[in-house]
Amino acid sequence: MRFGVLQFPGSCDEIDALHAARRVGDAELLWHGTQDLKGVAAVVVPGGFSYGDYLRAGAIARFAPVMEAVISFAREGGLVLGICNGFQVLCEAHLLPGALLPNANRRFTSRQVQLEVVQGDTDFTRACPASLSIPAKHSWGRYYADEATLDELEASGQVLLRYAPTENFNGSLRDIAGVRNAAGNVFGLMPHPEHAVDPLTGSTDGLCIFESMRLAMEGAHA
Amino acid sequence: MPDVLPTVEDALALGLTQAEYELVCEKQGRAPNQVELAMYSLLWSEHCAYKHSKKLLRTLPTEGRYVVMGPGENAGAVDVGDGLVCAFKVESHNHPSAVEPFQGAATGVGGILRDIFAIGARPIAVLDSLRFGEADSERSRYLLDGAVAGIGHYGNSIGVPTVGGEVYFEGPYEQNCLVNAMALGLAPRERLVRSAAAGPGNVLVLFGASTGRDGIGGASVLASAELDEGDEKRPTVQVGDPFEEKKLLECSLQLLDHGLLVALQDLGAAGLTSSAAEMASKGEVGIDIDIARVPLREPDLEPFEVMVSESQERMLCVVAPEWVDAVLALCEKWEVNGTAIGSVTDSGRLRVFAGDELVGDMPVRALVDDCPLYDLAPAAPEAPVYPAPTRVLAEGASLRETLPALLASANLASRRPLFEQYDSIVQSRTVRRPEQADAAVLQIDPSPAADSPGEAPAARPALAVSIDCNGRRVAADPYRGTIEAVLECAANLACVGAEPLGTTNNLNFANPEKPHVAWQLSEAVRGLGEACRALEAPIVGGNVSLYNEGASGPIYPTPVIGMVGRLPDAARAGRLGFAAEGDTIALVGPFAPSLAASELAKLRGEALPERLGDIDIDAVRCAQFAVRGAMRAGALSSAHDIAEGGLAVALAECCLAGGLGAQVRLDAGDDPFATLFGEGPGGFLISGTANGVSSLGRRTFVRIIGSVVKDSLSIALDGEDLLWSLSELSTAHQALAALFP
Amino acid sequence: MRARVLIRPKAGILDPQGEAVARALPALGFTGARNVHIGRLVELDVEDPAQLDSMCEKLLANPLIEDYEVQLLDPGA
Repeated sequence: MRFGVLQFPGSCDEIDALHAARRVGDAELLWHGTQDLKGVAAVVVPGGFSYGDYLRAGAIARFAPVMEAVISFAREGGLVLGICNGFQVLCEAHLLPGALLPNANRRFTSRQVQLEVVQGDTDFTRACPASLSIPAKHSWGRYYADEATLDELEASGQVLLRYAPTENFNGSLRDIAGVRNAAGNVFGLMPHPEHAVDPLTGSTDGLCIFESMRLAMEGAHA
Repeated sequence: MPDVLPTVEDALALGLTQAEYELVCEKQGRAPNQVELAMYSLLWSEHCAYKHSKKLLRTLPTEGRYVVMGPGENAGAVDVGDGLVCAFKVESHNHPSAVEPFQGAATGVGGILRDIFAIGARPIAVLDSLRFGEADSERSRYLLDGAVAGIGHYGNSIGVPTVGGEVYFEGPYEQNCLVNAMALGLAPRERLVRSAAAGPGNVLVLFGASTGRDGIGGASVLASAELDEGDEKRPTVQVGDPFEEKKLLECSLQLLDHGLLVALQDLGAAGLTSSAAEMASKGEVGIDIDIARVPLREPDLEPFEVMVSESQERMLCVVAPEWVDAVLALCEKWEVNGTAIGSVTDSGRLRVFAGDELVGDMPVRALVDDCPLYDLAPAAPEAPVYPAPTRVLAEGASLRETLPALLASANLASRRPLFEQYDSIVQSRTVRRPEQADAAVLQIDPSPAADSPGEAPAARPALAVSIDCNGRRVAADPYRGTIEAVLECAANLACVGAEPLGTTNNLNFANPEKPHVAWQLSEAVRGLGEACRALEAPIVGGNVSLYNEGASGPIYPTPVIGMVGRLPDAARAGRLGFAAEGDTIALVGPFAPSLAASELAKLRGEALPERLGDIDIDAVRCAQFAVRGAMRAGALSSAHDIAEGGLAVALAECCLAGGLGAQVRLDAGDDPFATLFGEGPGGFLISGTANGVSSLGRRTFVRIIGSVVKDSLSIALDGEDLLWSLSELSTAHQALAALFP
Repeated sequence: MRARVLIRPKAGILDPQGEAVARALPALGFTGARNVHIGRLVELDVEDPAQLDSMCEKLLANPLIEDYEVQLLDPGA
């Protein structure tokens, strides 16, 4: 039941994600230049500024060798979690619908946000309570998709997290904070669950997402 | 060598004096050529040689039981236990930020981070200290916006949290803003590396970004000359690349972990010139550099340009010949350009080659050690130096009206619109975020082993850090104002339960060749030394930035103090906000409030007083000791240092941070305004259970003044009852949001 | 009048974006691309095109680190 956390040049939150995953299971780092996922049962694409986020956030990381392996892994049903920059990378790689645009307030913003769990019965949210307090910190977090796609995402239960009323500082359409793919094995969110796992440094509400993934991994092997 | 030698006029244009130029000729035994003159002019500039401040700096205390590395290295370091050291330093990037605030501030952060990992420490936090003109000035807002965005851009992108800082708005900074950045890093003690080159025959490897015409002449022309309005002498702006630096950081630490380096040094002001010269000087060796091997970003750089370029994100290391291939291979892994550009010699000379041609040849000692040092000619000013500020508070404003006015003033309002632009939590160490406590608190180990079920959790040691200086109070009284700045940093640490380990400082002053500025500088350094000695918080490193003045006059003297402390148990780190209804509120310490040089005096348009009140450092220290001890014992719910705006503002801040109110009774004293809004060192506002508060009693002055209530702040003052709702106070406190539309 | 302003990093100024893309292209198999620079494009309607230079100097570009080029577009185009 091992998590693999990708490491790009310019990743910042990969060590935090590694430690968060280790609170529920085993975890190791996977270097961007490798195509070998070392048999991990779930992949975390972490936050940060992969390749400096130059051109567009996530645009260059999406072509890293390790991403080819992640794309195959995801197509075969492997669990993939993208956090912040990782969410952007997964959208650029077309593993998730939509795109992330610059925040409506045009600034990098770091804030503890209140989230509503829209779908509680998924491989990423099964262990979560109805609402979560988790930090968000980004400058490109405004979730965008065309109206038809948004309707479809909502109809098919792919919107897993929404910003609570008044919490949507980045201007995401329909307050979307996290979405999954149609198959249900790839999930991306802008807030940082790996920064909400220790009462000393804030809330522990993020742990439930890793815990949900652990349950899903165990279920798959049961 | 080039045929045409530069003249004495060239030397003067580069900032050397006639006498200094003649001394260069004497040291060289001939007139210097262009490369040599460029290098001397930089290394003999104020910025590199500290020629007007070095004698004063020698009076500062630099030794103590926690000091592992003192001044002279890229950063100082203190022992934090468990085989770890904390490296830290503050540095200024004032003039580049005045020219281009975003890139100036960004590269300032990049520079201080390189100083930290140059000694082998992983950067774990950044703080900043900013000064601008009044907040209603368009230029101030432009500079503030750019500087904050630039600091955020660099720190956020490289993955180092910005955990604290301070900003003040005062007229004397209108034409000369200050942008100081402080960084902290952690290292296993055995990974610490010095910058002294050693071992003739060893190879000099340059790694990181390629070299362009960035900041040519920056150190002598930009960093050491007064800024004139409409000055067209604008050099190329340096652009920061945090992505490159992130790779440089990981690569440098891995090189050290693998034991591949003899010495490591970052390239900062004066680029290769100062890095190579200082490495050679510290190791008492010579260095040969071939500039033809330096990777260039644009063709046709002159040899002197290569030597003085301040292109960012570059490091220089000394490597034994047998490890060069391994070093270059690691550079390749991290996609940073690594190139052998020279070697260590036993000649004692710094020789610059362009291929086979020798284009510069200087004794290292002359370059680094022989710059003349100057005595200051201090004289207290005979007339006030600074004009009185414009009155902004209505005449006859009542006590009740004054509190919201103070909370809304630019110097006191909530910094949330600024710090929300910074990632304060990456690396998972941040136990106290901005505005949760008086000092930032960072647990040392972000991934402690899980506690066993059923057992009490193990104590997790943490670092606390604070940066502070009230320039207006230093302007009023450089000696006492500086003591106050040091005491305030230590007070902030005490509020979270931390004991000071060491101090860094950035002395931002105007032109020291003017007697009254020389007096400010000498008095400030006297106060700095005295306070650091008394607190046993020695100076482990710092920076001096002089000539900060514009056409309208000098800046307020601003000795920015950064202090690092340690607390044994992060779970007991103090908070500033009131925590529980019914808690007792007490005023602690030898607090003697006065309106002299206070924020209220400024809002009233009053000129600076001639001096500040006397300070009993020992009594203040006792109060800090008592608060720290009680916080560590878990006896208190909150602690807050009383600073700008006095007791009433401190009360409001504790209420707003905790979302609770307070009911307080006070003696009005001779002047109720001074009682509520007067300032001075040594005062704390604490809350806790009656038992917890009484545990302080024997060690310092404790006066119980009230209790924590639900949702309003009320102060009974000899029969006058004052009442504010939390929402009124909160609205006032959010005034800075208007600066970031 | 429709105008287009092209803004690019000044020659010799470090262009981190351009460098990152220049390094990424060969990794994707696109060889032979050099001197990559990334700037901005601003399109706007102006009543007085004579003000464009001043707009660029003051706001659209940062003349310390960026060059700009103003193109006036035929309204019918």
